[in-house]
Amino acid sequence: MSAPSLNAALLLLADSRLPAGGHGHSGGAEAAIAAGTVRDLPTLAAFLRGRLATSGLVSACLAAAACALSAPAAGSGTASAPAGDDAGERGMPSPAARGRAAAGVAGGLLGGWTELDAEADARTASPAQREASRVQGRLLLRTARRIWPSPVLDGLAEAVPEGAHHPIALGAAAGAAGCAPEEAALAAAYTSVTGPATAAVRLLGLDPVAVHRLLADLAPDLERTASTATAAVTPGLEQTVSTVIAPGLERAATAPSAHTADSPPPSPAPTASAWAELPAHSAPALDLLAERHLRAGLRLFVS
Amino acid sequence: MGASHEDHHHTPDPHGRALRLGIGGPVGSGKTALTAALCRALGQSLRLAVVTNDIYTTEDADFLRRAGVLDPERIAAVQTGCCPHTAIRDDIAANLDAVETLEERFGPLDLVIVESGGDNLTATFSRGLADRQIFVLDVSGGDKVPRKGGPGVTTADLLVINKTDLAPMVGADLTVMSRDAAAVREGRPVLFTSVRQEPEAHAVAEWVTGVVEAWAHEHRHAHPHAHAHAHAHAHAHDADSPESSAHDTGSPEPGHGRDRTPV
Amino acid sequence: MTARAVLATAPGPGGRTVLATMSSAPPITLRRTGPGQVYLVSTAAGPLGGDDLALDIDVAPGTVLDVRSVASTLVLPGPGPGSAPEESSMTVTARVGAGASLRFAPEPTVLAAGCLHRMTVRLELAPDARVFWREEIVFGRYGEASGRCRSRFDAVAGGLPLLRQEFTVGDPAIDASPAVYGDARCVGSTLIAGPPGAAAGHPQTPRTGGGRTSDSLSAGGRRTREAILGDGWAALPLAGPGILVSALALDAAELRRRLERGETEALSL
Repeated sequence: MSAPSLNAALLLLADSRLPAGGHGHSGGAEAAIAAGTVRDLPTLAAFLRGRLATSGLVSACLAAAACALSAPAAGSGTASAPAGDDAGERGMPSPAARGRAAAGVAGGLLGGWTELDAEADARTASPAQREASRVQGRLLLRTARRIWPSPVLDGLAEAVPEGAHHPIALGAAAGAAGCAPEEAALAAAYTSVTGPATAAVRLLGLDPVAVHRLLADLAPDLERTASTATAAVTPGLEQTVSTVIAPGLERAATAPSAHTADSPPPSPAPTASAWAELPAHSAPALDLLAERHLRAGLRLFVS
Repeated sequence: MGASHEDHHHTPDPHGRALRLGIGGPVGSGKTALTAALCRALGQSLRLAVVTNDIYTTEDADFLRRAGVLDPERIAAVQTGCCPHTAIRDDIAANLDAVETLEERFGPLDLVIVESGGDNLTATFSRGLADRQIFVLDVSGGDKVPRKGGPGVTTADLLVINKTDLAPMVGADLTVMSRDAAAVREGRPVLFTSVRQEPEAHAVAEWVTGVVEAWAHEHRHAHPHAHAHAHAHAHAHDADSPESSAHDTGSPEPGHGRDRTPV
Repeated sequence: MTARAVLATAPGPGGRTVLATMSSAPPITLRRTGPGQVYLVSTAAGPLGGDDLALDIDVAPGTVLDVRSVASTLVLPGPGPGSAPEESSMTVTARVGAGASLRFAPEPTVLAAGCLHRMTVRLELAPDARVFWREEIVFGRYGEASGRCRSRFDAVAGGLPLLRQEFTVGDPAIDASPAVYGDARCVGSTLIAGPPGAAAGHPQTPRTGGGRTSDSLSAGGRRTREAILGDGWAALPLAGPGILVSALALDAAELRRRLERGETEALSL
């Protein structure tokens, strides 16, 4: 198609210099280094590969789902035209139309955010990891709302006042920045390994070029993870559009100012969540490391 | 919990919030001691909170809590992942979050001190995080440090040279330090102190009081409470020239800010 | 081989639990060993590649059920040598009604070399139902490379997702990752779910003592329950009403000890 196939905002979102607090998180690497299980390039490579295959994949799925929910392209259609069909495509409307669509869909989305956030909670057994994820999500959303102001991001902050999980904030920010779900998934997969890699460079004094070589070797896995995540999200998106967003849009249409502090977000649908089937790969060692890190007397990173 | 509640996240609006004071400087120069001194000196007259940026976990925060100079709940620690300068300059998100969390929990506040992790001479605070900043040096680092300059030394709103009591022992010439600092700082104030000998660092506390007063004056229309400001007026500080208490005599000024108004 | 066994309780006289349905389907054979207590007895080898086995459990409101097994389950590759490996699957679906209590703690599943297995658990809890659900996976028999397995566990409580987790075993590059299983040869987890104080209602009375309830104030000002951490195990309070005990170990005996230690702590939370 003729639409641009790449979005430069993706580079900003994935850049470790994005001022969103990411530099303070090692994704379990500091605890693994303290435990001696990550100590050199081969053990770091294994750590990164395992992290990507588990929490990286789950993060990519949540980010893709959040991006699909938030992308004005997904919401600008009417309730009768589910957006699932173009979930993986771009085709952005004009900025003005985006603004109108975003404002309209923001109210309809509140239930969608709550539901997706609950799915992230259910996939994060470790309280330390949940807290780290929410702190990062809160900081990212704070930053993103200033860089890419959008009613959709305001709505996410409102729906999850304690701080949305990081991949959800990342996906929503990607959507607000005009990225496609697969790009959001790629950014999530990428940051799931770059954070620990950078931390290992600092803590172990590894050759930064050698570590970047490891990351380069992971590039095909990152791409595969992103496309797996995008494919996994499509059925859930169709369901959430019909069960959560469309009714929300109808409410917003009948009561234009319904999106206020006085109208609490609708509670999640009592039926099975749209995102129930998303991957839920667990990494028991990361859970144990996250909890051990929290109790360490000496730590440089938040997580 | 409406959207309006989150609006202050959108813009770094200075109105109706506490002055954010950054305290930076090299490792060991006495940032934490100065922070503790300011809490001692100002804790009764100003509503305070502190964010520390420890290199290691919560050591500085724990030091302050143990010192008993401030309600421990009002001290928050931020981990900086080996990069203390990043957390105050390039990526201030975690510090902003800590500051705003303290303001939400204990606000309204008059002053939030953000103490950086020990770093080098190039580390300064982003204007997005700190409204004013103090850079702390100590004489044992050598009397050439002010001449060497660097953004911290040259651009901080106040340069504090600490540990003057050690000057004879390390052979540091305070007159040289004073002259060199004045040369690179284009009139911005310099204060000499020894927090160890003078645990309330009165001259610095007085400068901070003046700055807080000026801030409240400037932004008061969204700052309805009148609490504590009468105190600062008593010092007759010109809000626009807090450096009036600064001096360049090369010797620590005896404390004279003891007339604290009880709250 | 395709088999579907069914187990359902009903309230009996005097508040006791009776087994309304106990339908074995070889190789899954069910044996009642006491009031509300059933053993799974495997009456054939396997599961083998190609087997599709299912167990449906329905714990009626107000009843109590305790499910165990006699021996561990050894998952083996299909009989056809040389051919592409056929997947075996075991699906357990359990509904636990209001005020009901289920304990499901069979012996471990051992992934023999060459197997290709899928384990699925779908657990649906009424808001005030209680459950104690233990799952242990052993990566191959002693000295043997692990077969492959995908395990998916979904627990929904009161219509809200409580725990969703998947374990993938059999890709050496992932299994040995210090982020995933490290040098462990077994992974196990126990979900203890239910309303606060759930311990009291469990069929197995927990030992007391060792409880360390601690709260921490997060940056957002919320009180969160902290995990309890041991050597190779952690009791992780979930966001919803439940605790997951998670453990890694070199062998099945050590795994069980670690899980039991964590379970004891979790039940005292």
